[in-house]
Amino acid sequence: MMTRYFSAILAFLITALPLGAMAQDGYAGSWQLNMQEPVSPILREIGTFHDLLLWIITVITVIVTALMLYACFKYRRKKGVKAADFAHNTVIEIIWTIIPIVILIVIAIPSFTLLYFEDRIPEPELTIKTTGYQWYWGYEYTDYDDLEFLAYPIADVDIDESKGQRRLLSTDNPVVVPVDTNIQILIAAADVLHAFAVPAAGVKKDAVPGQLNETWMRIEKEGTYFGQCSEICGAGHSYMPIEIKAVSKEAFNAWAKAQGGKLKPKTTLEDKGL
Amino acid sequence: MSDHKLGFFTRWFCSTNHKDIGTLYIIFSIFAGIIGGAFSIYMRMELQDPGVQYMTNEDGSPNGQMWNVFITAHGLIMVFFVVMPGLIGGFGNWFVPLMIGAPDMAFPRLNNISFWLIIPAFLLLVGSALIDSGAGTGWTIYPPLSATLGHPGMSVDMAIFALHLAGASSILGAANFITTIFNMRAPGMTMHKMPLFVWAMLVTSFLLVLAVPVLGGAITMLLTDRNFGTTFFNPEGGGDPILFQHLFWFFGHPEVYIMILPAFGIISHIISTFSRKPIFGYLGMAYAMVAIGVVGFVVWAHHMYTTGISVNTLAYFTAATLIIAVPTGIKIFSWIATMWGGSIEFKTPMLWAIGFIFLFTVGGVTGVVLANAGMDVVLHDTYYVVAHFHYVLSLGAVFALFAGFYYWIGKMSGRMYPEFLGKVHFWLTFMGVNLTFFPQHFLGLAGMPRRYIDYPAPLLPESMTWLDRTQFMLNECWMELSAWVTGDVYESSIAWGYHGWNFVSSMGAYMAGASVILFVFIVFWTLFFGRKAKDNYWDVQDNIMTLEWTISSPPPFHQFDIQPKVK
Repeated sequence: MMTRYFSAILAFLITALPLGAMAQDGYAGSWQLNMQEPVSPILREIGTFHDLLLWIITVITVIVTALMLYACFKYRRKKGVKAADFAHNTVIEIIWTIIPIVILIVIAIPSFTLLYFEDRIPEPELTIKTTGYQWYWGYEYTDYDDLEFLAYPIADVDIDESKGQRRLLSTDNPVVVPVDTNIQILIAAADVLHAFAVPAAGVKKDAVPGQLNETWMRIEKEGTYFGQCSEICGAGHSYMPIEIKAVSKEAFNAWAKAQGGKLKPKTTLEDKGL
Repeated sequence: MSDHKLGFFTRWFCSTNHKDIGTLYIIFSIFAGIIGGAFSIYMRMELQDPGVQYMTNEDGSPNGQMWNVFITAHGLIMVFFVVMPGLIGGFGNWFVPLMIGAPDMAFPRLNNISFWLIIPAFLLLVGSALIDSGAGTGWTIYPPLSATLGHPGMSVDMAIFALHLAGASSILGAANFITTIFNMRAPGMTMHKMPLFVWAMLVTSFLLVLAVPVLGGAITMLLTDRNFGTTFFNPEGGGDPILFQHLFWFFGHPEVYIMILPAFGIISHIISTFSRKPIFGYLGMAYAMVAIGVVGFVVWAHHMYTTGISVNTLAYFTAATLIIAVPTGIKIFSWIATMWGGSIEFKTPMLWAIGFIFLFTVGGVTGVVLANAGMDVVLHDTYYVVAHFHYVLSLGAVFALFAGFYYWIGKMSGRMYPEFLGKVHFWLTFMGVNLTFFPQHFLGLAGMPRRYIDYPAPLLPESMTWLDRTQFMLNECWMELSAWVTGDVYESSIAWGYHGWNFVSSMGAYMAGASVILFVFIVFWTLFFGRKAKDNYWDVQDNIMTLEWTISSPPPFHQFDIQPKVK
């Protein structure tokens, strides 16, 4: 009986949660409850792991709360009923030490798998170096000669939502990337700390002065994806967005050419099969 | 105070009496809490709707620096000037000597300076927000933003001095507690008979003595970087900004346990008293706190998962952090087991204690989520983190502060609080804070970064006043809710962005703010009109008696003329 109730409640919670997530790519829906739609293997893996965690923590919270409320009800003060005075029970103490350990192991195994999956950068087909400045991002396509630019946010008054622009998210120079390509991202900072983040791709890494950080993404769906600086960097911290435009490989090559970007000798993307 | 007559100035400004110093700490904590709380209400007003309505420059453009100064001041005030003085300086000073049967703290004059260092520290911190551009670094004061590159003025130097003084105050207080607890227990009170609150204070004191000097070192290095040309944290001179983060969090993580361990102690006593049962698994409870304290020192880099530290280091810190859930779980289960079979009375302190267990559980399980370095990638520096640490601190530690206040105010002042208003205060706060912080989990999962003055969402017309905006959004909430209940789809005009949950969160904050006003009213009501408190006004049973209930309310200026003996 009890288990049926629990599964009913849980099923409700779990199905209700993604409901709030309006299916929008790259930014949040207005009453969104869960993560953005994954467009990269990393966020998909994270999402699977988070579903597991959400189950575990929901069940734990429900059980703890239920036990507490039951105790509150059952053992409320009543005339003529004296409190018990037991204060030990070795068996139960061992049980509630062992069970959490088992749960933690259940969490830890996929957690480590995920961690090492995120860390291992597959053979990069394209490298983008990004640099955080107060308060804008600079991008450099290191496989090309002369393909680098700065990206500033678009002022609120110039935002045109009919073009898919979003206030505080759209930039004057979106980062164009090809889909289905392993992209190595190198992250540097020119002044203070910043953090490069693209939630829909499951990417976030700090930009640290004097240090070159590295991460990767592989976007599997054409579209525009947004991110925002995720480490406090001063007065303009809220105003240095990241806009990524994922396009087909052909469109990417055309775009790169139009930018005047020449592939550096010996590192042509064609060599890498792109 | 018939036994000892002191003039007002001598008694309150030169005090060496642990109870008077404890009272000073509590008054200070409430005062600082109101200021820190007012900061947060103003922040929630700003975040209620997209766009920047209040924190603007003279030309109407957003003043991001002002926002950063607010979040920094809010954080530092709440940590160093509300929770720590309240739990450690206030309740610790008041009840550690009483519970162990000591006449006072071991070093009464040291106790005095501990308190009086807090005042200039607080003034320096508030001053740092008012001069130059203010310290807009976040409470973590990471360089290079906190170095001259990001903050060339004097503000950060003042904030550093504020932390130096507050840190010195904490270290002195901690040394005092350790000495008192080790040397001044009544005959018969072995370590394993000490009340759990005393255990909590002992562990907390060790954490303070070991952690705060590291912060002191880090901010002193930052100070010399700023003023004397050193380059500890400046890569241009061979330094490393990440070094500061390691040092800061080596202090900062134990610091969060410094804030929550005394809360554990208070909650244990309240659950036991109102269930009329001895605390379940006393030794497990005591050593769980020791374990949390020890492990708390080796998990610091889980605050730095995205800084680019090596993957094996991430794996270690993930594992170590997950382990903390075990002793914490033991505590939660033991509290419930204490209630099991008891005779539970739901007086105000018990409501706060039960509320604490629930909220701490919620904050704890989201901590387990965040502990995973792989998962943290999407949640790091988002509102999910804000929700998590407010559940454990603002709703955990602060609930324990209120619980302790209602539990002991009769003992401390000799007067009882109004029971009905106390319960109203609890329910108002409980609803308010949950409304404030639960939606922040959703915001964080959806990707909203923390420390943002504004968030992506369509703007409302500028002509709308606060009242218009609130009415409009309340209507949106209502339509959305009724559509959700009936399974319809409501075509909202706020089609995308973080507006909805931010609005709900702000409404909750106003409710919690109102409850603070009620609390201040209750304090004054209690002090002026409260009925006289009996010695043992909670009718604490003999088998769970602690020594503070054996003496008058309020206790005499010098308690225990005849040294108590513990069987």
